Amino acid sequence: MNAITTANPAPEALPTVTPDRIPLLLLPVLAIAALPLMGSFSTWVTLTFAGLAMGMIIFIIASGLTLVFGLMDVLNFGHGVFITLGAFLATTVLGRMTGWTESESLLRNLLAVLPAMGLAMVVAGGVGLAFERLIIRPVYGQPLKQIMITMGGMIVGVELIKVIWGAQAIPLPLPAAFRGSLLFGEAAVEKYRLISVIVGLAVFAVMFWVLSRTKVGLLIRAGVQDREMVESLGYRIGRLFVGVFVAGSALAGLGGVMWGLYQQTVTPEMGGQINVLLFIVIIIGGMGSVGGCFIGSLLVGLVANYAGFLAPKVALFSNILLMVIVLMWRPEGLYPVGKR
Amino acid sequence: MIFNRLLSGDLPRSRVLALLLIAILAGLLLTPFAFPGAKALNVAAKICIFIVLVASFDLLLGYTGIVSFAHTMFFGIGAYGVAIALNRIGPSWKGVAAGVSVALVLSLVLSLVIGLFSLRVKAMFYAMITLAVATAFQTLASQLSELTGGEDGLTFKVPELLSPAFSLSEHPFLGVSLDGRLIAFYLLVTVTVVLFLLMLRIVNSPFGRVLQAIRENAFRAEALGYQTVVYRTCSNVLSAGFATLAGALLALWLRYNGPDTSLSFEIMIDILLMVVIGGMGTLYGSVLGATLFIIVQNYLQDLMKLGSEGMAKVPLLRDLLHPDRWLLWLGILFVLSVYRFPTGIVGKLRTRARGHS
Amino acid sequence: MSAPLLQLEGVHTHIGAYHILHGVDLQVARGELTVLLGRNGAGKTTTLRTIMGLWPPSSGTIRFDGGEIGALSTPEIAHRGFAYVPENMGIFGDLTVRENMLLAARGAKRVEDIDAARLEWVFGLFPALRRFWQHPAGLLSGGQKQMLAVARAIIEPRQLLLIDEPSKGLAPAIIQNMIVAFRELKQTDTTILLVEQNFHFARQLGDQVAVMDGGRVVHAGSMADLAGDEGLQQRLLGLSLAAHQ
Repeated sequence: MNAITTANPAPEALPTVTPDRIPLLLLPVLAIAALPLMGSFSTWVTLTFAGLAMGMIIFIIASGLTLVFGLMDVLNFGHGVFITLGAFLATTVLGRMTGWTESESLLRNLLAVLPAMGLAMVVAGGVGLAFERLIIRPVYGQPLKQIMITMGGMIVGVELIKVIWGAQAIPLPLPAAFRGSLLFGEAAVEKYRLISVIVGLAVFAVMFWVLSRTKVGLLIRAGVQDREMVESLGYRIGRLFVGVFVAGSALAGLGGVMWGLYQQTVTPEMGGQINVLLFIVIIIGGMGSVGGCFIGSLLVGLVANYAGFLAPKVALFSNILLMVIVLMWRPEGLYPVGKR
Repeated sequence: MIFNRLLSGDLPRSRVLALLLIAILAGLLLTPFAFPGAKALNVAAKICIFIVLVASFDLLLGYTGIVSFAHTMFFGIGAYGVAIALNRIGPSWKGVAAGVSVALVLSLVLSLVIGLFSLRVKAMFYAMITLAVATAFQTLASQLSELTGGEDGLTFKVPELLSPAFSLSEHPFLGVSLDGRLIAFYLLVTVTVVLFLLMLRIVNSPFGRVLQAIRENAFRAEALGYQTVVYRTCSNVLSAGFATLAGALLALWLRYNGPDTSLSFEIMIDILLMVVIGGMGTLYGSVLGATLFIIVQNYLQDLMKLGSEGMAKVPLLRDLLHPDRWLLWLGILFVLSVYRFPTGIVGKLRTRARGHS
Repeated sequence: MSAPLLQLEGVHTHIGAYHILHGVDLQVARGELTVLLGRNGAGKTTTLRTIMGLWPPSSGTIRFDGGEIGALSTPEIAHRGFAYVPENMGIFGDLTVRENMLLAARGAKRVEDIDAARLEWVFGLFPALRRFWQHPAGLLSGGQKQMLAVARAIIEPRQLLLIDEPSKGLAPAIIQNMIVAFRELKQTDTTILLVEQNFHFARQLGDQVAVMDGGRVVHAGSMADLAGDEGLQQRLLGLSLAAHQ
């Protein structure tokens, strides 16, 4: 007895802090490995930028999806509908502001695009609120029904979009000042891609700040790991979840505007087509991990563009191949989220 | 008694349901005579093919509790198998046999691999993985244009007996010419009935009971000593096999196959809707679901056209009732089905029948 | 004697198809440490989870401080003044020790808002937490995690602490540390309901004791009585003299 009381507590060695940086290295490694295959440096720059731009847009769309899953085990198969909604709203807003979008002034262009983005986010967020209430809440904790009902929600959503905007593709031209490329030496970088990268980085920065510096963000991260404990500490995870769902829908709306401008046409099917890409990204990243989602998105974007140049036929499968390779290396994705 | 044996003891258990099933079968059998014209015959043929396809999907979803989005992949394999074989070998029964067997083998291997690799994971992941695989396969099919005809697909001749040029008799019977199309149609109905009864037998066998036990409580089934992964994989393989046969039937009937007719995601969604609206976990649901859906798909539009014209002055209502928006209403019905009556039409009918007795 | 702070009467709990608690009657006296003993599967953890509303009772009443709480949600129950340390400790491994503590302090928006004196007191109880303040909690050792879990429960004053097996899997030296910390905690008049399997640990801390078996409380009384009656221990806990020496 006595011996125990006087014994020193077990030596407490400082645990070494080694955040897992290997997935982070994948991006530069991939980019550098691709360089010799491209033949010319300028092609490489162009493709890398294209890949990053595409990846950033995918990230904006997929980040909400992965968080919603992490928090409540809810996988929204209807996430794509918010993308489509955002894109179609952009056609309406920008279509009425052609005077502003056709102007050569960047400021006037921005004054047209920013309200379009804002409106897309607000409406997609609002629809997200209704979607959560009507479609998802009745089937919490029932994965089978959840898969089916979110699919059903998407079918109805897409049909309603067709009711409002028609079933045809609608062109969504880039505003005048967004068109064309900037030349860096030999390498041409499309202006819009540059803008996408900037917007994507901004979204990532804001999200990173919220998740690491605010209490709400901490609660979200804590909830992804252990929902019950968050509730036991006295926080209502249901409200938190609705908030994240609405934010995720709004971001998908924003991503829809950006994707629409990237493609320069908008179709009712576009959301459903991106869905597969989104799933691949969040599986690669580790379901529930925002950081993993970011790296996964950029990887998918880069691989798609490199492969599209080197071997167009393979490009269509490049994402799936990428997923298989990542899962063979880390079966739960790049950053597995530690669940209870 | 003989009915009981044929239906493997799984009777409709509702008078209305029994009448509906008889009506559907009779309707299918009489279509060439009662509803002349190519459209009606095509609709009836499509109903037959989708009964098999939807029932095979129900084997997976309703009886085993697995959501797969790769079901059209197997449907497509069956259709492409026949299409490619007949396209290469020429119109012969040998070609049909070769196409069907190669397709079956491919489907079985693929479903086995997917099943073994991913049926251990949660339902959500399985759904995502199958979705990704199916998309990749669709891309593959349109890329291998040498073999598959790419986006345009393949047109081919079927064995002479089934071709429109073949004639059984110079004289029409009850105003219907007895040609190869008619033979093909009745062959299709026969095969459908046989395959359906076969599936009914499977789900009512001890094997089928284990599947349902796993669906209800996987842990318990595992504790009772059943290897859930093995059973689920078997169910996956069987379901893929029947879907492949449905695909072969489709190709034989259409004498054409392309990515949009057998592989597209829209078809996947359609099957999901049919199974849920008709009733999951009962093969009769597939019959009702497929029939209702395809009739709506083909004829509701006419009705909606009337409604839409009637509402020509009311902007939003006019657009909501636009004939092209038929899927909207089925989608709403689907969503309501999932949480209001998850057992679908068949479940409703059976509950009512129980209430009466 | 004043009314008990927490009182369970005839509480039944079902988890899915399984009937786990078969009418639990339990009282937790104000300002005392009550130990819930019993073998594996007796229903101790389920009792705590039921009190917290994580597995709500299917029948029976749970009264806390005079009010019925059986139908409340977990966050509402927490707001009544409960702190809960689950069996798995519920540490947020991706978050730092600091962030874990911040979440536990419901009233604080930032770490600076936490009552500094109380934080110092907690650091005094568990010095390791100060040292690893900025480290991800997932990197802590098992004992340190347990300390963090208890620290989270007491960073703000709560009326009742529910603690599930704090000694589980810990080295004897760490357990002894825990005992010291709990003794100091008892000085603050905090009411504690502690689930334990380790009788040695329980005996040193408990004022009252309740023994569970088969989803019921089969014995309740003072710890002193149980500790002094080896026959009773033998009967209730199946303990031999050697086991708790």
